[in-house]
Formats: sequence, structure tokens, C-alpha cells
Amino acid sequence: MAHIELKNVSKAYGTGEDRVEVLNNINLTIKEGEFVAIVGFSGSGKTTLIKLLSGLEFPDEGEVLYKGKPVTGPSHERGVIFQNYSLLPWLTVRNNVGMAVKEKFRQFNKSQLGERIEKYVEMVGLSHAINKLPKALSGGMRQRVSVTRALSMDPDVILMDEPLSALDALTRGTLQDEILNIWSANKRTALLITNDVDEGVYMADRIIPLKPGPKATLGPVFDVNIERPRDKTELNNNDNFKKLRNSILEYLIQIGAERSKKTSNTYTLPDLKPILKTKVFQGTRV
Amino acid sequence: MKDKAISIFNFIGLGFFEPAVRLASGEEVNKNLNELIRKVVFPLVSILLFLFVWHFGSQALYNIERNYKIEVAKESGGETAVTAELARIESGESTINALPSPGSVFVAFKTLIEDHRVISAKKDAFAEKVAATNKKRKAKGLAAITYTGRPSFVDQVLTSLKTVTAGFFLALFLAVPIGMVLGLSETLRSSFNWLIQIFKPVSPVVWFLLVYMIVKSLTLTYDGDVSFIISFIAVGLCAMWATLINTTLGVSTVENDYLNVAKVLNLSVGQKVFKIILPSAFPLIFTGLRITVSVAWMVLIAIELLSQSPGLGTFVWEEFQNGANDSNAKIIAAMFVIGGIGFLLDRIMFSVQKLMTFTEA
Repeated sequence: MAHIELKNVSKAYGTGEDRVEVLNNINLTIKEGEFVAIVGFSGSGKTTLIKLLSGLEFPDEGEVLYKGKPVTGPSHERGVIFQNYSLLPWLTVRNNVGMAVKEKFRQFNKSQLGERIEKYVEMVGLSHAINKLPKALSGGMRQRVSVTRALSMDPDVILMDEPLSALDALTRGTLQDEILNIWSANKRTALLITNDVDEGVYMADRIIPLKPGPKATLGPVFDVNIERPRDKTELNNNDNFKKLRNSILEYLIQIGAERSKKTSNTYTLPDLKPILKTKVFQGTRV
Repeated sequence: MKDKAISIFNFIGLGFFEPAVRLASGEEVNKNLNELIRKVVFPLVSILLFLFVWHFGSQALYNIERNYKIEVAKESGGETAVTAELARIESGESTINALPSPGSVFVAFKTLIEDHRVISAKKDAFAEKVAATNKKRKAKGLAAITYTGRPSFVDQVLTSLKTVTAGFFLALFLAVPIGMVLGLSETLRSSFNWLIQIFKPVSPVVWFLLVYMIVKSLTLTYDGDVSFIISFIAVGLCAMWATLINTTLGVSTVENDYLNVAKVLNLSVGQKVFKIILPSAFPLIFTGLRITVSVAWMVLIAIELLSQSPGLGTFVWEEFQNGANDSNAKIIAAMFVIGGIGFLLDRIMFSVQKLMTFTEA
């Protein structure tokens, strides 16, 4: 059964001449427990897609369905991990996570709340920093807090908007594994938006390229037939992995080239000469 | 111990003590000595320079007045009149009200403190004397007899502090809620903008008169301290605008990311306001409150002067009217006390502001 479904979704921002059609005719079905990655160029409408799925924005045309029902707004069932962490800078790690836990588990008493917060903070290895403010944490640590905040609410679906793109390669690798562990432990449905093909291939069951906007549409589906758990070092020697990565990259390069062709119109500049107000310049002449 | 002292000094905005503390513990002597000279010695030199200019400037002004008096005496009565005038100046009978010198201000300050001691002693004696009577009066259900003598300078400072505190809290309780409501609703913001823009630049004197007009009618039958009520309301209304505008701005410009968090977590409206919007507006609100305290203290003197509420403003005005030999010196002494307290209040608000301000992630 389709867990999440997008049907002919189109979304535009602005009105009149400023109107930009970001997404056009998007069709996507994600099964329960599936890990789908969407790869695309920056500015191709990836964040808009996440906003539509989470319920922060609504489509102009078409439908966003969650468990067969249209999405009417944000819900605890769909946890979002934002690209820029979006931690509240005046709250400690404990309280940032706690805000989410309290909201989801209203029946919990104080010790139950504390237990759950600590459990989730420990899961991402930040127990030592639980009472610190976000400003005292590195980028990777902040993103871990953001990840654990989303997961502490026990969502059915994890929506990730380039969660790791701002991190260094090493931190990125560890966090990828952490996300995979959490995902496989509870078999949630996950949608990862990324600009890194390797990351997509390493983590996802299916990879769908997003053709660059405006009027972005989804490209052909690439199935990742590599057994889990996947090992990063072995993966580099896996022929399947190499082939898949290369074909996705080829596809992306091809549509990238098409895009630049489309926009390589030559514009003739008007033949103008600057009007110099000589009076003004006289004063400054040496 | 050492690090604690340094962090405390830095927190209350007295960072210039840091090199002194470090030097005292013998840490990086050369570097800290340089720091000490830059942060402590140079400012002290500038203070000395200021006192020097003040001293000789006031002497010059004194001489101008003195020479003028002698000149006038010479024209009217010749040499005998000059000697007589000189004697009168010497004895203090003929007062010269020029800018007082730093020395005479210091003396005046000591007089004020001495005066306070005398008055306090009188007060205590009075309280002792009427203690028995007051007990009896209390038993009978009558009001106690209180000391009604002249307030000392310190009493007046305390009254002023009371007024400014009351005014500040009035500003706080008016400006922050109103600012929040205006910040949340664009409709209300644009409907009341004219009001804010018109009332914001109104001068303290006019505010005082406006408050006077209103409070006078409302307190016809009230026999308490009306002048205090008028002055603290006027101070509060004068000073609240910075906080009002900053709160409105802070609340209306909350980062979209934080609002998205509120949406994704499904926070209720109340939680969104009190857990996301208000905390994220705190830095701006407290900046506003710091300005409010400074403005409140600044306008207080003028407002007290008009309202005859027994505070520093009244003290300055009465001394000016008094015109005694040391009146000007007392006014300048009061000026320094006013400045010093203003500085202190600002440091307090600075610390509070620092405490309430988060660094952007």
C-alpha cells in the first residue's frame, strides 16, 4: 500500500510576472518502510517538495496523500529534519528535544519525559552535551540534535531535506550510518533529499532524480539492488554500485547539459552610452 | 577564583578590571601590564585631565565675575568701595555664583552627606520620641505621626530611584504586552502606527502636563502622594516607546525557521507565542528595556522638577532657586550623582540583557 503519494502535483510561488513554477506534474509513490532518495541540482525545488510532503505548503494542483488521505497540515506522524538544523538557540539540547517529546507524549510525567529525551540524545551520542546550548555545538552535533528531535516524536515517516549537505565528509559518513540504523530498527518510511549521488546510493532503496526547475519534474526511477547492511568500503568495489552511480551521474549530467542549452539564449544588449553630467565631474577633475 | 572574578567583571560590563586581576595573580606580566595601562591608567589620566580643565576653567569664570563686581564698585564709589566689596566677597556676603570648582563640589558633596547624617539622627530621635504615642494612636485606630521635616539628599535620591523603578515597571507592563499584540497582528500594527509615531517624540514636559491633566481629575478625592503618581506615570509613558517599538519589531520578525519548527511540532497558538516567538524576540525586547531605563532616568529629573515630587529633580531646582554660596556646587554634585546612578542602572540592564540574549546558532 502506498504510504505517501503525490498525484500530478504542481506548485508555483509569486503572482503575475514574478510567478515561478517550481514543481510541475510530480508523481511519486512511496511504500511503507521504503527508503527513497531524491537527488537533484540546487534550486531544483527539492525543499518545496519536502514542504509539500510535511504540510508546511500545499500544492496548487494535484494531491499530496498520506495513507490515502490528503495532507491538511503538519503532523507528528511526519517528522522533518531541516537542512539548516532549525534548533532554537535559546534552548539546551535537552529542551530542544524535550519540546518535541512533550508535544507528542502529553500523557507522560516528568520522569518519563526525561527518560525518553535522554534515550534519544544518547542514541546520537550527545549525552555529554545534553545541557549545552546549540551555539556550543559543532555543525555535525547540531544536525544530530535536529535528527533526534524529529525521531523522538516517533514519526511514521522521516522527511529529510539535505540534512547532511552542510557537514564535512567524515561527520557525514557517521550520521548516514546513524540515520540508517534508526531507520532500519523501526522500519519507518524515509524520504531523503540530497545532492550527493553516493549518499543516495548508499542509503536508499530507490533513487529518483529531480529534473532542474523551474517546472521541475521527476526523472526515471533507479532501483538500488544492493543488499543491506551496506559497507562503505566494500561498496566502492561493488560493480553494481559503480554502474548505478555512473548511470545516475550520466543522467544528471545529461539533464544539466539540456538545462544549460535551454538557457543559453543570446540577449542583444541595447546600444547605450552613459550620460556624463559634466558639471558634477568638473569638480572632481584634477 | 581568579577566572570566576574575571567572568563576573566581564559579565557586569566592567571588563577593564580583567588585567588587574590577572596581574595580581602574576600571569603574563608584560602583556597584562600593557592592558592595565591601556584600560585603567589611560582612563584615569583622562579623568585627571578633565578635572584640570574644569578647575582652571571655573577659576577663570570666577575671576570674570569677581572683576566685574570690583569694576562696578570702582565706578560707583572709588577705591573705598573696592576695598569694601573685596571684604564682602572675602566674607561670603557678596556671593559669586559662577561654575563651582571640583574642590568646592567635593566639599558640597561632603556637606550633603553630613546633612543626611544629621537629618537621619533627627529622624531617629523623633521616631523614638513618638514611639509611645504612636502605639497609643495605633490602639485607638489613628494614623501614626510621621516625621515631616526636610528630606536629606540621600532621601531624595531614594525617592527618585523609587519613582524611576515604578516608571520602568509601568513601561514594562504597558510596552511589552502591547508590543507583542502589535507585533503579532499586522492589522493592529498599521491601525495604531499613527498613534505611536505621534506620541513617541512628545517631550517629557508635555507628557507630564498630559498626565497631570488626567490624573488630577481622577485623584480629586485621593489624599495620598499624587505628585509621585503623576511623576512615575509620566516617566513610564515617556520611556516606554523604545521597548514598545523593539518588542513589536522583535515579535513581527521572528525567523521563518523557528515558525516552521512550531508548525512541524504542531504547537498550539499559546505555545507558539510563549515558547517560540517571545524567546526569539527577547534580545530585541531587552535592548529596548535598557534604552527605556536610560530614558526614564534622564526624563525623571525634568519631570520631578515640574511635579514637585521630592526627588533629585526637585533638589536641583530648589538649590537653583536658593542661590546660596554652595548651591551651584550642590547642583554639580547632584549632577554627578545622577550620572553615576544612570551609569549603574545601565550596567544592571546590560547584565540582564546579556543574560537574556542568546547567540545565534
